[in-house]
Amino acid sequence: MKDSTGPDKVEDIEIRLLLEALYVRYHYDFRNYSMASIKRRLKQARQQLGFATFSAMQESVLHEPAMLPRFLRYLTVQVSEMFRDPSYFRAIRERVVPHLRTYPSLKIWIAGCSGGEELYSFVILFREEGLEDRTIFYATDINQEALQAAEAGIYAVNRVQLFTENHRQSGGKSSLSDYYQAAYGRVSFDRTLRRNVVFSDHSLVTDAVFGEMNLISCRNVLIYFDRALQDRALGLFADSLSRKGFLGLGAKESLRFSKHEKDFDEFVREEKIYQGRAG
Amino acid sequence: MMPVPAQAVVIGASAGALEALSAILPELPGTFGLPILVVVHIPPDRRSVLAELFEAKCPLPVREAEDKEPIVGGTIYFAPPDYHLLVEADKCLALSSDEPVLFSRPSIDVLFESAADAYGPALIAIVLTGANQDGSMGLRAIVEAGGTALVQSPQSALAAAMPEAAIQACPEAQVMTLDQITTYLRKA
Ligand SMILES: C[S@@+](CC[C@H](N)C(=O)[O-])C[C@H]1O[C@@H](n2cnc3c(N)ncnc32)[C@H](O)[C@@H]1O
Repeated sequence: MKDSTGPDKVEDIEIRLLLEALYVRYHYDFRNYSMASIKRRLKQARQQLGFATFSAMQESVLHEPAMLPRFLRYLTVQVSEMFRDPSYFRAIRERVVPHLRTYPSLKIWIAGCSGGEELYSFVILFREEGLEDRTIFYATDINQEALQAAEAGIYAVNRVQLFTENHRQSGGKSSLSDYYQAAYGRVSFDRTLRRNVVFSDHSLVTDAVFGEMNLISCRNVLIYFDRALQDRALGLFADSLSRKGFLGLGAKESLRFSKHEKDFDEFVREEKIYQGRAG
Repeated sequence: MMPVPAQAVVIGASAGALEALSAILPELPGTFGLPILVVVHIPPDRRSVLAELFEAKCPLPVREAEDKEPIVGGTIYFAPPDYHLLVEADKCLALSSDEPVLFSRPSIDVLFESAADAYGPALIAIVLTGANQDGSMGLRAIVEAGGTALVQSPQSALAAAMPEAAIQACPEAQVMTLDQITTYLRKA
């Protein structure tokens, strides 16, 4: 018999308390993330970190700050690729870049940049298109380990084949191997790619607008939010875009169920690239 | 225990999925009231043709699932390639690009486990043909939440491994041919 005293209900209460604890103690706010997937990943954490219950996890997170990064590894999903969905980057190159060219200086925001794969894809694309020098790239995430990895720009060599293929399919005009050096089973991306990059800890849930952007790329982050939180983030993007600025979302993200649908026009529909409404 | 009327159907299929689903989904009348969520293992190409293919064959509307879409009765939803499909407690669909589970994204287990949470006993789950183990853990979770488990009989399946694993994990499951599964659903 499943009722309010059944095992699942207790588990749900424990999860709520655990997320509340993370918020009050560390200001990481996962309370309005997509719960089905948070729950799956917390179960994984419970099992792999050897806790009997979520309450035990809560105790540990409250009393052992050193555990925080380990929990964040489960709570934030770090799956990424360079030039992920090559057709998206092709559309940026062929459809968006011609507009960006008309500006003397550019600000680009990669929100939820994970280990930097998406960031370096943009920097390389902009260098190929001759726009890098007039651009500042803001790469933000809430996961410190991810930001550090992004800043280091080092990836396992076995991922490079996919990156290279993606880059080629995206219409890349150079060879990806021009930008990295391989050693000890890893590749290290050229430091000059970071010349115009600002890395920063920024949450789409709790932080505010920090600049006026010509292009915001936020891919595969919003799917982890519930609808209210998606609305908050999309409002932040609407307020951060310059006049007629561009917003790119992940392949399965859209404005369709959002109250901000009217703040944007579809620019490249199939690639989820939008343009802010003037005014 | 009082039987609970079902509110949703979840289906998982792998190798041989097209034939098996073709024996079930087009046979459901346009008046069928439950939402049907389907995970099929497909290569991670950008576009899946499953929804279009079945839309043409089925009286029921067929869609590729979108993130945070409210689930509507009498609609068939396919998980998009390269994303997990989950059900939220408020009966919305959610997608995620978490790591593949048992080499699969979408994963049947991921859909089933989240649906077990969201629907509890008011769920019918079906494991069809396939050459791997996906779905058996999820089916277990559904049975433990009081839901109904149906498994295609391994002899009638193009690939027996997946139904066999499901039956092993869930001895409570009712083992049926595709025709019997269709008949069961038409009465649900
Ligand atoms: C699946 S990755 C996406 C990486 C990359 N954008 C891509 O599409 O390949 C999701 C990223 O979002 C970050 N993230 C999660 N919650 C966030 C928030 N509230 N604000 C900013 N970033 C967040 C995670 O730490 C993770 O790095």
